[in-house]
Amino acid sequence: MRSSKRILAIGAGLLLAALPLAACGGDSDTGGEPGSGGKVVIGIKYDQPGLGLKEGDDYTGFDVEVAKYVAKDLGYTDVEFKESPSAQRETLLQSDQVKMIFATYSITDDRAQKVSFAGPYLIAGQDLLVKADNTDITGPDSLNGKKLCSVTGSTSAKKIKDNYASGVQLQEFDTYSKCVEALNAGQIDAVTTDNVILAGFAAQPQYQGKLKVVGKPFSEERYGVGIKKGDTDLCGKINAALEKMEADGAWQKAFDDTLGASGLKVDPAINPPKPDACT
Amino acid sequence: MSAETDVLFDAPGPKALVRHRIIAVLGVLLLLTLLFFVIKGLANPANDQLTADKWSPFIQWSTWQNYLIPGLIGTLTAAAISVVLAIIAGILLGLGRLSDLTAVRAVCGVFVEFFRAIPVLMMMFFAYFFGIFVLKIPGDVLPLFAAVVGLTFYNSCVIAELVRSGVHSLPRGQREAGYAIGLTSNQTLTAVLLPQAITSMLPSIVSQLVVILKDSALAYAVTYLELLRQGTNLAVYRGNLIPTLIVLAVIYIIINWALTRLARALEGRMRHGKRGIRPGPTDVGPDPALAVQEEDEKQAAASSDR
Amino acid sequence: MDALRTLLEEYNVLAAFWMTIKLTFFGAIGAFIIGTVIAIMRVSPVKVFQTFGLAYVTLVRNTPLTLLVFFAAFGLAITLQINLAPPDSPTFIVDNNFRWGVVALAVYHAAFVAEAIRSGINTVPLGQAEAARAIGLPFLPTVTTIVLPQAFRGAIAPLGNTLIALTKNTTVLATIGVAEPALMMRNMLEFNISLLYAIFFIMAAGFVILTLPTGLFFTWWSRKLAVQR
Repeated sequence: MRSSKRILAIGAGLLLAALPLAACGGDSDTGGEPGSGGKVVIGIKYDQPGLGLKEGDDYTGFDVEVAKYVAKDLGYTDVEFKESPSAQRETLLQSDQVKMIFATYSITDDRAQKVSFAGPYLIAGQDLLVKADNTDITGPDSLNGKKLCSVTGSTSAKKIKDNYASGVQLQEFDTYSKCVEALNAGQIDAVTTDNVILAGFAAQPQYQGKLKVVGKPFSEERYGVGIKKGDTDLCGKINAALEKMEADGAWQKAFDDTLGASGLKVDPAINPPKPDACT
Repeated sequence: MSAETDVLFDAPGPKALVRHRIIAVLGVLLLLTLLFFVIKGLANPANDQLTADKWSPFIQWSTWQNYLIPGLIGTLTAAAISVVLAIIAGILLGLGRLSDLTAVRAVCGVFVEFFRAIPVLMMMFFAYFFGIFVLKIPGDVLPLFAAVVGLTFYNSCVIAELVRSGVHSLPRGQREAGYAIGLTSNQTLTAVLLPQAITSMLPSIVSQLVVILKDSALAYAVTYLELLRQGTNLAVYRGNLIPTLIVLAVIYIIINWALTRLARALEGRMRHGKRGIRPGPTDVGPDPALAVQEEDEKQAAASSDR
Repeated sequence: MDALRTLLEEYNVLAAFWMTIKLTFFGAIGAFIIGTVIAIMRVSPVKVFQTFGLAYVTLVRNTPLTLLVFFAAFGLAITLQINLAPPDSPTFIVDNNFRWGVVALAVYHAAFVAEAIRSGINTVPLGQAEAARAIGLPFLPTVTTIVLPQAFRGAIAPLGNTLIALTKNTTVLATIGVAEPALMMRNMLEFNISLLYAIFFIMAAGFVILTLPTGLFFTWWSRKLAVQR
């Protein structure tokens, strides 16, 4: 009996020891106060061309450019990027894994209860991506009988089915890139999500000239900078940096270099947007 | 009929040899035709999957450095942590199922039957959301946590069953000898039966590693940066999904094949060794399900072959 | 409780598990047929077939199912445009995903079925095949009329395990958007995290209900058919 108890104790001990060990593996040093120089950890997407894309050991996209500008303006000399998939964004901020998140992060009331937002720095809208030679899909209400792709766990496709075209066929994949691949091959007729994300894919070298964004956004998504709940000081500084970026032409340049390459035009009346007041 | 499978047919005579050759040629032709159509389809300008642009990333060091090697490390990390935890938990559960105490036996039995029935992917989803909202696990280890929990719960149950059937398959004399020298039943179990059972299970455990390694690809769905996910990121960047999938498949096959060989070598050593229990004969590496079946036909309920 | 009721009204859990049952049923039939053919190839006198059978089992068993599912969905369906449903049908996406999903499941589990049958063949006494040859039966009739029927008896337990694995592996098709329980669970959790335990328990219970009786039945069946030797 004694020895079996010992094995039990050792085993249980190992199990218990392994869990917090795994949980404490993270480095919680996400950078000091703005202005103090040094390193800052910023969350971005790794798989959205035009916004946040990992290219080998480099990162490109509009979110990345804005993040770099803001970090520099805040006085950080070194930026470390970390992947922040949609479902993890709140947790990454709450657990101090990242200081800021620039990852197609729409400001919503739901999210604003868990984290704070600076910005917005870009106003996007839900749109459709179709083949370049397609003429019969002009908006969400022309999708009856068509095949539409979106990602698992997103409401955008469901919104179309419920509000615009009940006769649409839905395909769900886990990434937009798979949807775009299927669209390019002709297996589906349209992909839906925010227009800037779609434009980023359309501008990729392998899809250039083959796909187009319909260009009639039917919702308004305000992309903000996610920060820890209640950090109004940081929020104010980020907003100041964003305003400066918009004023000195860097915003427009970043846009033209990344998303602009797809021919995407954003409504100049709303873009670049004026940041909200920090609360 | 384990000896030679050619007992199923007579040694072919001259006529049969010709017939066999014709069938073989037809079979090869059929296979080549299929292959031809696949390649033709891939090379077709609309797909253009064989173009150098889509394959050249794999001869660039940066692809390996930034995607495939980190992915491989991710896969191996998750598999290694899971296999250690699964073996520890599996042995404990297995012992629990052999316990003299009805309550312990029942609890372990229910635990094993329940978690064995749950798909690994679902367990990972649960662990992922449990990690986010209940344990508040930091984002950078959360996917690993989800992967390890998913893999450990299922595989510890499989190993528990292996332990149980391993102990059951030992000769009765072993247990009796333990009692005869005055050991209690628990002492007999841990000091006499378990070490032998584990030795005889070793090949099965190594082949379970193949299962764990393959299942770690499911962690893709909880954003864990293992081989498949890194490969998908690479494919987004390079626009070469099909070539990437093919390369990934080759990597998985090589690693798993090597592990299977290892399991076979271990099995061979043990079969030739004088001590230990002989596991049943298998061909392409011992599948735990089959090994258990052959070792212990009456306890045939055990294990699985994921 | 009300929240859970609303959730269950929004998501049709039974339909998701009906999908699991359909996938399992067709996948199992496919896997059984392909697996039997591969097993026969592996014991056949034609060397090329033996090699092919071995290659099939080695390659398929060492590839993650997720990867095979991607090959079916992105390689065969999307890139090579091989459709298993009429493209203009109003349920094209659902049908095509379902059928390719079944193909991937069948191809993957066929490797395990083939191994199970081979282990079953090993339980058939040598004398059976020798007797068949002695009365002049050629290879195929020997295998199909004498050896395989007895081999299946011996292979019931591992075949049962493969069937259970197949049932659980249907969840992998969530990655290509087949409306089965894992996909539903993921969508449910995304928007209803307060019901984490309830959702997990319902989905887990579904699989316990599906697999436990299968396991018990196969254990009972294999014992009933077991031959004392």
